[in-house]
Amino acid sequence: MQLSPYSRARPRPVGSRRETIVWYMMRITGVMLFVLALAHFSIYHFIWDPAEQTAEFIITERWNQLFWRGYTWLMLMTVLFHGWLGMRTVVLDYFHRPRLRTGILWFLYGLGIFLLIIGTQVIFQAPLPVEGAAAQ
Amino acid sequence: VLRVPTVLRYRGREGMLAWAFHRISGIGIFAFVVLHVIDIYLVGGNPELYDEVLEFYASLPGRVMEVVLGGALLYHALNGLRIIILDLWPSMTVFHRGMWWAMWAIFIVLGVPGALIIMRPVWLPWLQDLGLL
Repeated sequence: MQLSPYSRARPRPVGSRRETIVWYMMRITGVMLFVLALAHFSIYHFIWDPAEQTAEFIITERWNQLFWRGYTWLMLMTVLFHGWLGMRTVVLDYFHRPRLRTGILWFLYGLGIFLLIIGTQVIFQAPLPVEGAAAQ
Repeated sequence: VLRVPTVLRYRGREGMLAWAFHRISGIGIFAFVVLHVIDIYLVGGNPELYDEVLEFYASLPGRVMEVVLGGALLYHALNGLRIIILDLWPSMTVFHRGMWWAMWAIFIVLGVPGALIIMRPVWLPWLQDLGLL
């Protein structure tokens, strides 16, 4: 059978165990985000309207339930993994000078760790759920 | 030297376009995620400033940008699924052109109503003015 040379995406790497793991992780986190990110976007744009989502709304409605707090944190982890490994691929494709490439990658990973810290902090520093507060 | 045609040239035809859009939408979503984690941080760090940012998100230019973001997200998600299908079942490659167009059909069917819902503050009062609602 003749396979079209045009349609394959990035082929599964051979020879490097690390690159093979990255290749699989991109696909696994991609499927996770298909659910997590699309549901997140749909809930906060189609069910709720952006105009309603004040800081108070987020604390008292959205993060009042541990499930949605966990959901947000899982999505943060997944997007940091998928987005940052994806950007790594972009950087490796376009930047070939070793020092520049290393510098950009360090900046990228530093930014990711920074977002991981502030994102985790804001999710977990919110007051503990108050029983019945969402029903008011 | 990085020029647009060099950067976007990959293997030609549908596969190349799919790849170029995937990369562009991916970089765009990445940029928004950086912004979005920082603005959500303000919910705890500076709620008043967060509410001001929210006013922009709820404004007309903000909503247009959300439609673009949603489109990028939907494309990246659907095309990503297409890539995974081709990776797992290489024999599906014979249908790759059909999958490309099927993906755009799903994109339109889900994306157009989604865009209309996001833009509802624009057309809802307009319909009400006309006495249709």
